[in-house]
Amino acid sequence: MANITYIEAISKGLWEEMERDKSVFLIGEDIGPFGGAFKVTKGFIQHFGEDRVVDTVLAETAILGAATGAAVVGMRPVAEIQFADFVTTGFSQLVNNTASIHYRWHVPCPMVVRLPSGAGIHGGPFHSRNPEAWFFHQPGLKIVAPSTPYDAKGLIKAAIRDNNPVLYLEHKRLYRHIKGEVPETDYIVEIGKGDVKREGRDISVITYGSMVHMALEAAEILQNEIGLSIEVLDLRSLMPLDTELIYSSVRKTGKVLIAHEDNITGGIGGEISALINENCFQYLDAPIKRIGAIDTPTPYSPPLEEFFLPNTKKVVVALKELAAF
Amino acid sequence: MGKVETVKSLSKNSVKKEQYSLSSQEYLKLYYFMRLTREFEESILKLYRQGKIVGGAYTGNGNEATAVGSAFALEKQDYLFPMHRDMGAHLVKGQSLRHLMLQHLARGNSLSKGRDGTGHYADPRLRIYGNISHLAAMIPMAAGVALASKLRKEKVVALTYIGDGGSNVGDVHESLAMASVMKLPLILIIENNQFAYSTPVAKQKAMEKYSDRAMGYGIPGFTIDGTDIDQVYSTCKQAVERARRGEGPTLIESVTMRMHGHSAHDGAEYVPKTLLAEWKKKDPVHRIEKLLIEKKILTPTIKEEYEKKLFAELEDATQFAVGSPFPPGEEAAIGVYAD
Repeated sequence: MANITYIEAISKGLWEEMERDKSVFLIGEDIGPFGGAFKVTKGFIQHFGEDRVVDTVLAETAILGAATGAAVVGMRPVAEIQFADFVTTGFSQLVNNTASIHYRWHVPCPMVVRLPSGAGIHGGPFHSRNPEAWFFHQPGLKIVAPSTPYDAKGLIKAAIRDNNPVLYLEHKRLYRHIKGEVPETDYIVEIGKGDVKREGRDISVITYGSMVHMALEAAEILQNEIGLSIEVLDLRSLMPLDTELIYSSVRKTGKVLIAHEDNITGGIGGEISALINENCFQYLDAPIKRIGAIDTPTPYSPPLEEFFLPNTKKVVVALKELAAF
Repeated sequence: MGKVETVKSLSKNSVKKEQYSLSSQEYLKLYYFMRLTREFEESILKLYRQGKIVGGAYTGNGNEATAVGSAFALEKQDYLFPMHRDMGAHLVKGQSLRHLMLQHLARGNSLSKGRDGTGHYADPRLRIYGNISHLAAMIPMAAGVALASKLRKEKVVALTYIGDGGSNVGDVHESLAMASVMKLPLILIIENNQFAYSTPVAKQKAMEKYSDRAMGYGIPGFTIDGTDIDQVYSTCKQAVERARRGEGPTLIESVTMRMHGHSAHDGAEYVPKTLLAEWKKKDPVHRIEKLLIEKKILTPTIKEEYEKKLFAELEDATQFAVGSPFPPGEEAAIGVYAD
């Protein structure tokens, strides 16, 4: 076991998979000698060489299309989009082409798209996106969003070994703020499996990514303040969703808060709410509650961004309302 | 909007165009494939009029020399990313008429299993990867296959196409920007067939030639007569060899005419009759036939023999496809993800 940061866990996972499988290669902007905008691939080109760490021109469609082409002929590319916001430039490639390849061609397309995402770093409207909802709606893509170093490493390895295009959402604010124990031995976190990060009896918080940590803080506060027992369910995989785990938690607690950093309207929380409604209605003791960013672009100035984003305090308030229902 | 002024070509034509000669046997093969392409597409139109094709039907009438001659410059191990006017390229690369017919008729035993129509399929066995309707989206993919070839040191090239209209889509620029810097083994043919749906080429570009764009990427660019099989083959062969040597991509503008509408539903009334009449004189299928007769390669006996063979093949493929079942509806729900 090693106590490492979230970003180190991603790097280690990538490194180990590149050592394990020669068909894995990295492609993206500034990922070579510079080591990437966030230094995830620092030292990679020196060790693996230019044929495994491919620095590209500034062209997201070309990066995603090239990764798709290489994947279809048997390689396992890991594309880095410098900021998740810029994936929009290659949106058509991903949703029209990449996502539907297996359905149309019956050929696997094993590729990973790393998306440094999320707000709370004063990135403003164009360096703060949570892009999951755009892709959640597109059949053919898998989406994962780890919250801990353990999950980050296990999921990047699983994503690389998966025979489908996997969008890997890595939260920028977690990069160097979160540390945790990570095995040095080979392991994966299975895609499609959620994880109960804290067991509880009274209310389920269904969440992922950065919000997992806020939910855990809120749970601790409420346990100490009023003895409320909160369960925190970390989805880890957004597509496919671990519906069994969601339903078993809901059946146990009967009250649900869905929390994501993405803005509320059209966010994946709406779909989770609908699934619970369809499958667990008789177990519900209160209307399902959602919390997320407000429906505006991500503002830059700190007080504006703080107002815009969900946080621990807002989670506590929402949970208290649910408890009182 | 008024007429777009064309800026004269800035290219210095510094790249020498090499000539590659074809043997009699090769000429005959090219002739056969071009005839087969033309007749196959006529069969498709007939099936369309009979209501047997549920979606659109596209032809490459006028483009046969470009499609056939370019694919003929490839080796078996090379990758082909054809567009919807390149049926001849599918055939040259080894695709069977039965498979092409099944695709058009949306049958369950087609290569896409009915999930998509026309040339929208992949056949990894033959290294053919058909287009999606966002045609330009295939160019980055072809660049990716070329990149894989380079990274694996395989000396395999990727050939792809785009239309005069499609060439304006950003994907094309991004791919050429990447492929030129990385010296990827990629060949892009811009099939300038004078119309993008109803828009004439004069409203698609302000420069004289599409090959002028090559200069902006620092790669060789050629403009050729796309109805002339010798020019098409020779230029593509040169590009393929250059790519195989690791010297990077080539951009080829092949000037042709879309003799039919955009698709079978389109009467193309917007195309001047005089323009069609002018291009009719350069019909690529007639041109190769005349050429081979002049060269005394094609005799009436061979022609008759070929026609007998190709009509029999077409009849077989049509009967086979028409007699094949549609996929069961519930199959729509499977196969979104690979195991």
